[in-house]
Amino acid sequence: MYSLNQRFDNRDIPEDELLTSGNVACAGCGASLSMRLALKGLGKPTVLAVPACCWTIIPGAWPLSIMDVPFFHCAFETTAATISGIKAAYRKRGMDDICVVGWAGDGGTFDIGIQALSGTAERNDDVLYVCYDNEAYMNTGIQRSGATPIGSWTTTTPVKNPKSEQKKDIDAIMIAHKIPYLATATAAYPHDMIAKFKKARSIKGMRFIHLFAACPTGWRMPENLSIKVMRLAVLSNIFPLYEVENGETYRQTVIPDEIMPIDEYMHLQGRFRHLTDEDVKEFQKMVDKRFGHLREDFEKKN
Amino acid sequence: MRKVLTGNVAVAYGAMLADVQVVPAYPITPQTTIIEELATMQAEGLVDLDYIRVESEHSAMAACIGASMGGARAFTATCGQGLFLMHEMLHYATGARTPVVLANVNRAAAAPWTIWSDQTDSVSQRETGWIQLYCEGNQEVLDTTIMAFKIAETLRLPAMIVLDAFFLSHTSEPIDIPDRETVRDFLPPFDPGDLWLDPNNPRTFGGITMSDAYMEFRWQIQRDMEKAKGVITEVHEEFAKVFGRKYHQVEAYRAEDADVVMVVSGTVASTGRDAIDLLREKGHQVGMIKLKTLRPFPREEIIAVLKGKKKVAIIDRNFSPGATGIWAQEIRSALYELPEGDRPLIYGYIAGLGGRDISVKIIEGIYQKTVKDDRPDDVDMWIGVNYV
Ligand SMILES: Cc1ncc(C[n+]2csc(CCOP(=O)(O)OP(=O)(O)O)c2C)c(N)n1
Ligand code: SF4
Ligand SMILES: [Mg+2]
Repeated sequence: MYSLNQRFDNRDIPEDELLTSGNVACAGCGASLSMRLALKGLGKPTVLAVPACCWTIIPGAWPLSIMDVPFFHCAFETTAATISGIKAAYRKRGMDDICVVGWAGDGGTFDIGIQALSGTAERNDDVLYVCYDNEAYMNTGIQRSGATPIGSWTTTTPVKNPKSEQKKDIDAIMIAHKIPYLATATAAYPHDMIAKFKKARSIKGMRFIHLFAACPTGWRMPENLSIKVMRLAVLSNIFPLYEVENGETYRQTVIPDEIMPIDEYMHLQGRFRHLTDEDVKEFQKMVDKRFGHLREDFEKKN
Repeated sequence: MRKVLTGNVAVAYGAMLADVQVVPAYPITPQTTIIEELATMQAEGLVDLDYIRVESEHSAMAACIGASMGGARAFTATCGQGLFLMHEMLHYATGARTPVVLANVNRAAAAPWTIWSDQTDSVSQRETGWIQLYCEGNQEVLDTTIMAFKIAETLRLPAMIVLDAFFLSHTSEPIDIPDRETVRDFLPPFDPGDLWLDPNNPRTFGGITMSDAYMEFRWQIQRDMEKAKGVITEVHEEFAKVFGRKYHQVEAYRAEDADVVMVVSGTVASTGRDAIDLLREKGHQVGMIKLKTLRPFPREEIIAVLKGKKKVAIIDRNFSPGATGIWAQEIRSALYELPEGDRPLIYGYIAGLGGRDISVKIIEGIYQKTVKDDRPDDVDMWIGVNYV
């Protein structure tokens, strides 16, 4: 059912747009497309809090904004605490139907914001936290984050000293919090992604959605490759798409027809250009190993 | 109703009477009994608040800002290291124009670890745009907590109630507890106007500004801080009318005919009054002012009291390494504009850091030194230090 060049029937994607045209993202920005689709899944009433990240810039500079939902720019490490506060206010004011969403980058989630995120998750506050993961600090100019994959070039892990640590497994960390709902998604599979946002909206308590969001600028690739690269990440098990309820019930939602080797994914991106065939083989092993563990969860818990 | 309450419990009563709606809180000695009391009040149904047991003070303030943006009345309490950790968010609250109220129990800074009182934590937040209201006794603590909400919400600026660790936080005094309905008349529910995250009026708050706009936002904060002086006085007056207790940003004590005026804040004011009375009995022309507000700084009122005095002795229970005590800095700069003949000599004293006692005897000693020395021997004089 899922392959690289398949076409989707987009007629069943909601037409409502909760943001206008005219954003200032780079061409081919996966983060920008992600927000558009996420809001289609969520609908209104929805309120967003967004920390320092590319999405600080994307909606436009004051006094302009592309957003058609209330949008609060919060401090970098405070997304989760901010939405906990917003939700508490609505609850006290009898507006519990508003879906309160935090929308942060990987740096704001894996690194500086993880303490507040863990607090909000542990309290099971009734909020939706979305991490759009472009695997580096893009807004400040492509520096390494805890989400940057091993071997990757960034401006703080130059080609002569590329990142030597593996990507932090944020999903495992969030699953360990036993939150009611966790999902991974990507805009390259829009139906799957929208369905997950709809589902998240219907669930009470802490929800976490991890989005894989291509960044042509930071990944050093042409902008017309964003969708392809996001699909390749899924089809080669680098970013499997699944959901987990209550930290125990796993379900893989996009099962590739055929699992592809990671080579094409790696070769399309300049951030991996310096790697040798040997390196890629090593990384393939890591991907296989990690997916092996996940597969056990998919099979065991179903 | 009269009750015997510690300063911390008085804060909790103030917050309860103000019908706070959201309290994100994190424990730290000696603030803890404030948030414990609020948790008990909530559990017993005395106050209908949403209590967020956050994982840090940084998140406590972030959640307060979020709650305020959601249109609710938000409150938290902290001290020392907790306030230092919040620093980034204190600026944020001001910029976002969220009228959050915070009670800070003055605790000295680590390292080395200490839990005792001094004002370094709150004075270090001087530039964050928070209104700072220092308190002398537990009645003032309770009353100021109620007033702080009114002041903050009128101006849409955050406000901090400041009380000394242990001297107030853990010391009991009989206190008059205002009637709840009367407080509700005095302080109606928070009305966020159109400055909140209203789903029916989708707007973006806090987005990136260019240099052609940012300065105007800051200027509005400054304009409203200047306005705050009038607002605080009005709220003090209205409070006095309703509850019969009058507070002042600058409270002069036997200062009118004094040659030397001592300047104090917080609990030192009570000790100071005793010292002044004793000195007056001995025939000295000495008076005192108690400062309640560090921000906005009540320049005009201070000038009015100190103009033409011979000497001013300022006791700072805080200091800025490499400079001087903060109250002394402020007063020096306020008085500089007076013509030379009207400008008193300023004697700055650092005392009571880390909870060291500032007794009547110490205050008398400070007075004697001020009278004896024709000029201050240093820009700041440290009292009772064993120089090693
Ligand atoms: C406390 C703090 N430290 C550092 C920054 C600077 N900063 C702004 S955005 C950013 C990187 C954001 O990275 P990420 O969360 O991955 O989002 P992206 O820019 O990639 O979309 C950094 C380091 C900040 N705003 N606040
Ligand atoms: S740098 Fe990357 S994430 Fe940021 S706007 Fe450009 S493409 Fe999007
Ligand atoms: Mg990023």
